[in-house]
Amino acid sequence: MATAIEFNNISKLYRLGLVSTGTLAHDLKRWWTINVRRKEDPYLKIGETNDRSTKGESDYVWALKDIDFKVEQGDVVGIIGKNGAGKSTLLKLLSKVTAPTTGEIRARGRIGSLLEVGTGFHPEMTGRENIYMNGAILGMTKAEIDRKLDEIVDFSGCERYIDTPVKRYSSGMMVRLGFAVAAHLDPEILVVDEVLAVGDAEFQKKAIGKMQDVSRGEGRTVLFVSHNMGSIKALCNNCILLEKGEMSYIGSTDETIKRYLTRNNIIDTRCIDRKDHIGTGEVIISDIFMTDCDHTPVKEVLSGQSIEIHFRYISKLSKLTNNIVMGIAITDEYGAPITLLHSRHCGVPITLESGSGEFVWTIEHLPLNEGQYHFLYSIADGGGQGDYFDYLDNAYTLQVVKGDFFKSGEIPPKHFGPFLIANTLQVNKK
Amino acid sequence: MIKPKNRLFEINIKELWDYRDLISLFAKRNIITQYKQTVLGPLWFLVQPALSVIMYMVVFGGIAGIPTDGVPRPLFYLAGTCMWQYFSDCLSKTSNTFVDNAGIFGKVYFPRLAMPIANVLSNLVRFGIQLGLFLVVYAIYALVGESAAHFNWYALLFPVLVLMMAGLALGFGILFSSMTTKYRDLQVLFSFGVSLWMYATPIVYPLSQTKSMYWNGIHVHKLMCLNPVTPIIETFKYGFLGCGDFVGWRWLIYSFVFMVALLTFGVVVFNKVQRSFMDTV
Repeated sequence: MATAIEFNNISKLYRLGLVSTGTLAHDLKRWWTINVRRKEDPYLKIGETNDRSTKGESDYVWALKDIDFKVEQGDVVGIIGKNGAGKSTLLKLLSKVTAPTTGEIRARGRIGSLLEVGTGFHPEMTGRENIYMNGAILGMTKAEIDRKLDEIVDFSGCERYIDTPVKRYSSGMMVRLGFAVAAHLDPEILVVDEVLAVGDAEFQKKAIGKMQDVSRGEGRTVLFVSHNMGSIKALCNNCILLEKGEMSYIGSTDETIKRYLTRNNIIDTRCIDRKDHIGTGEVIISDIFMTDCDHTPVKEVLSGQSIEIHFRYISKLSKLTNNIVMGIAITDEYGAPITLLHSRHCGVPITLESGSGEFVWTIEHLPLNEGQYHFLYSIADGGGQGDYFDYLDNAYTLQVVKGDFFKSGEIPPKHFGPFLIANTLQVNKK
Repeated sequence: MIKPKNRLFEINIKELWDYRDLISLFAKRNIITQYKQTVLGPLWFLVQPALSVIMYMVVFGGIAGIPTDGVPRPLFYLAGTCMWQYFSDCLSKTSNTFVDNAGIFGKVYFPRLAMPIANVLSNLVRFGIQLGLFLVVYAIYALVGESAAHFNWYALLFPVLVLMMAGLALGFGILFSSMTTKYRDLQVLFSFGVSLWMYATPIVYPLSQTKSMYWNGIHVHKLMCLNPVTPIIETFKYGFLGCGDFVGWRWLIYSFVFMVALLTFGVVVFNKVQRSFMDTV
């Protein structure tokens, strides 16, 4: 197969801070060094890797550094990475919105970029007028749009409103219309940035279906950025993992996603260092971490994945104590209760004496939708009265990423609720 | 093929031509959206010059008593204001190309020059309507028999004059917009500069007034003609109204050459800026 896209040593330097009074002096210095003294750009050397959380020395950062890869024609490549890893910058370079600082990109064929849905929509113009406007901005000719107009209107499902100004549209309709235009662009290379995150489930399905058609049926190359591992898995055969502006992995989708999820397995604050433990401290949790079923530490999990949550404890109990109970209350990111895991409920009596060890809670086929979930735990003497041994609010945060819970590539949007319930469907006809 | 830097004169005319539909759509959009949800609609195109003419008649004709070379005042001011309005509209629109369109430019690539060109084209429609008003008034004066219509063959230069106006406005506009992406200071000066420029151009007074004026031994008439817009305006007025003298081919050619040079320079600078302006705007 021919190479469709080739990145050669691409880097992009950004300047941090305000563009203000100092800028002119700065620019003059830079211009003087490069053009008059014929030296290298002084600021290229001092760029730092793009680590958002730590304060850097330099005003310049590499949003992308030394990116080198090739994409074969007909491939669907997912680009994954945390916020600020350089995903969008990479797509911007490819769609010629901004130029790279060093290196060159070779691309074969027309590039259609979908960094935003409905670029150039004017609120005062009708849906039909905006289809033409948006289509032309994306690089279609008027004749092309004429030919595809019916198809576009049909795909968007906005036929009734097509002669109404788009300012009267619901935001969902706007997105549908925008995507409908882009979907009919027919470029050799399609560049898509997280546009599928918007719109309802039906529409997302339609959009993913369309992108699958584009890649499989018509042999076009697609570059796709998303935080939704579900749709990455459903669409892409290869993935690129970006980290702080550098390419840390390129390979099969499964392997890349796995690396992405296990990459940051360092727990930020150890439990033992927290100051807000409540209780006697006779038994105390020193550390909480999560592993997948292969015992690899992970920081994020997929819906439907099996996980183990490890609670390391240190016990200073003077005598053997029966009847210890442990509970974990899980709340959603807003603090609304989700459920309780309790040692008595799973019928496991706990008996401890002094020493250390760990409690391992296993959750198979995690039935939670994407989102953040907070853990609160308590350990107490279940037989007696009195204080907790240890109690800690907000002890651990579980990051759940969209995963293939139903083995169908799709899960409901988050707003339907946090739970996923395995189910079967039968159609009985009489 | 995407590289960090382009060669200086890499202006992709073919690419611009491929996007001609986009240019015409932008132009159409500019016109349509300007007066959406207004009662008078495109009639506003006529109200503006009419009001300016009345204002000029009161201030410059009435109070200041500046002569108009024997041409009826409304006609004289209308001719000047139509031409100038076109120039200044194009200029102020194109000078904000990058800042106004940062949203679109940041999301999708198309030849950036499409935007200023569309502006010049859409203003042409507006100019056409205003010119219509001028011609109607012109015809009324001709019918009434006042000796206003000194039409002569120089009027045939009209299309060239419009082209020169558009070229000058485009050239200045894109040069200016390229400079304002990083340093917004210039924007503050801009509107002031444009209105000052109008008074340096014979719009509200005839150029013939400066014939016998000297400033430090320099002929003011010549100084005025250095302003590349002056020969265009004067030729227009001479062609249609027969007022003043023809400034001479020398000045007209100077103006044309100025326009071509400015436009070339502007496009080169614009081309350089457009590649990475998203990082600074």
